Amino acid sequence: MADRAPLLEVKNVSIGFDTSRGMIVPVNNVSWSIYPGQTFALVGESGCGKSVSALSVLRLIPTPPGRYLQGEINFEGRNLLKLSESEMRKVRGKDIAMIFQEPMTSLNPVYTVGDQIMEAVRLHQNVSRSQAIQIAVDALGDVGIADPRARLSVYPHQMSGGMRQRIMIAMALACQPKLLIADEPTTALDVTVQAQILELLRKLQKERGMAMLLITHDLGVVAENADVVGVMYASHVVEYADVNALFDNPTHPYTQGLFRSMPKLGVKHERLETIPGMVPAPGRFPSGCKFHPRCSSMNGDAVCTKTDPNLREVAPGHWASCHHAPGYEIAAITTPHLTYKRTPLEVMSG
Amino acid sequence: MSTAATATQELNRSITTAPLVQVRDLKTYFPIKKGLLARTVGFVKAVDGVSFDVQAGKTLGLVGESGCGKTTVGRSLLRLIPATGGQVLYRGEDFFAHSGERLRRLRQKMQIIFQDPVGSLNPRMTVGNIIGEPLEVHGLAKGSDKRDLVVSLLQRVGLDPSYQSRYPHEFSGGQRQRIGIARAIALSPDFIVCDEPVSALDVSIQSQVLNLLNDLQQERNIAYLFIAHNLAVVEHFSHEVAVMYLGRIVEKANSVDLYRDPKHPYTVSLLSAVPEPNPRPTKKRIVLKGEIPSPSNPPTGCHFHPRCPLTRTLAANHNAAESTEVKTSGETFRVMNRCKVELPVLEVKSAESGHCAACHFAD
Repeated sequence: MADRAPLLEVKNVSIGFDTSRGMIVPVNNVSWSIYPGQTFALVGESGCGKSVSALSVLRLIPTPPGRYLQGEINFEGRNLLKLSESEMRKVRGKDIAMIFQEPMTSLNPVYTVGDQIMEAVRLHQNVSRSQAIQIAVDALGDVGIADPRARLSVYPHQMSGGMRQRIMIAMALACQPKLLIADEPTTALDVTVQAQILELLRKLQKERGMAMLLITHDLGVVAENADVVGVMYASHVVEYADVNALFDNPTHPYTQGLFRSMPKLGVKHERLETIPGMVPAPGRFPSGCKFHPRCSSMNGDAVCTKTDPNLREVAPGHWASCHHAPGYEIAAITTPHLTYKRTPLEVMSG
Repeated sequence: MSTAATATQELNRSITTAPLVQVRDLKTYFPIKKGLLARTVGFVKAVDGVSFDVQAGKTLGLVGESGCGKTTVGRSLLRLIPATGGQVLYRGEDFFAHSGERLRRLRQKMQIIFQDPVGSLNPRMTVGNIIGEPLEVHGLAKGSDKRDLVVSLLQRVGLDPSYQSRYPHEFSGGQRQRIGIARAIALSPDFIVCDEPVSALDVSIQSQVLNLLNDLQQERNIAYLFIAHNLAVVEHFSHEVAVMYLGRIVEKANSVDLYRDPKHPYTVSLLSAVPEPNPRPTKKRIVLKGEIPSPSNPPTGCHFHPRCPLTRTLAANHNAAESTEVKTSGETFRVMNRCKVELPVLEVKSAESGHCAACHFAD
């Protein structure tokens, strides 16, 4: 039961970086929305701009050398790009929280786990030290850590990767944020631990009605966790649809190529399909459609080499940015938004 | 040798092709030292009695999670790390027993490709030198012959010959991995240990590199020990697969059988944990409780017993005398006595396919 208005609306955002060789634009005219309680997955390979997009929501891009070139990031109707730094600090950790790929580099090695959680709590909530301790204990218990009171005095290096990620989640959730940004939260973890962490995130989301921006390159993780998906390539969002529509009917040639080149469990392949060539680096993007040098659907069409397509609603609830997508020519250019939420995945705990 | 003996040998060879590489009871222990005098107080049993065969021109996949020992197996096998015990036979010869020139000659035939395309290439050497160095060191080619070989190797792995004068940092991860492959095949080995060769690469590049490795295997009859944690990649690429947990092999079967009919409870959970790229899941996910134990302090008996769903189910359905209580990670539950006390042996569970598992209760 999602509300009508999106919780977070990213509209035509472009981010540039000043380098010695001129300005590069790793995020270009990007738009997407997340509704309360929804999981939106931003998926793509290295260098597509997904991490920079995520960091930009919390204004964590260092400026300089970064620059917000255009666009709005509206959170609950307020444009975050127009807030002062002190107003932004009230949003970070409280309304919007973030967890990262490498918990060891995100946790402070010289402070105990308890100190780090309590710091987050006391920054945003007016509570006494003993109240903060109880909140920290509850937060650790919520993320499935046994014996939470004893764990408060443990240091990050004394814990395994999976435990550290749980601590990060506990810290992020201590102030009950409405949106959690998770940047490749399980990429560095073993697959059985990944399953535990993703299950934990789903459970916490359900309990708290929390929305999640999930950044990943793993289409399996997307399939199991996302309600809505945005596919990014070379600074653009090239496809946006609910998860079933994306997997049933991938429309952009890059998305199709990704699906085809993935080895799937239970399927024996003779030879894997590939997307020829490499992802171009920002600053060295080709003219026209950024995917065209690698695209097999081009049919030698000149428009692909000259004009960069934009994200259009080519079918109801399905956006794609490709000149050859059926329906592209007559489709409208609108900010993608979908209120879709799926029925939860059945899990059996062993 | 008499003609009769030679004939017998020929006959034997034609009946059963001996494996190219045979590993028997390989053990690699790392001492734990404590105190001012650095006394050895215990061992991390990273590899604890591992045995397998690799057939010529075929791929054995080795999978498992952190701490299972798969990387240590690859390095101990090639003597990059000294093994503590066990035997490695290459074409019937005891690889651990050799030294000097004989060892050097054998080493030409057994190469390695590493996971980290950044760390495994010397940043101060040009690509041409990186690939050409093994040829010179082993006295296989010099001067213009060497340069010609380097050019043909670069072309074979899909890189432009002009790259030979460039440095590793100028290339992407996928290209650096190709350079590593060119270096590994320079000496025409017939066995290559591939230690997570595509884990650091994007999906679309991964498939390019895997196809290249596959083509090289077909062309040059190279056997691979393919170490990886991505189960779908291993399934695609391997003929046979061995699953490791805390230093031991817990299941071994040909690739099709392992994925279709996993017998060890750990393998079942591992396969179930892989996220399926299907938004309407066809399988029920089994989420294991607890963490992977540290190899410096493994559980008794079957290493997997604290997390094993099978032993818990059995304990609940058998009378109390056959099970025992376990307390770990804040949980208390019962497991079968045998699982807690007795180390399961890797034994054949299905005679016709040779499917093995190390479990007291799997069939």
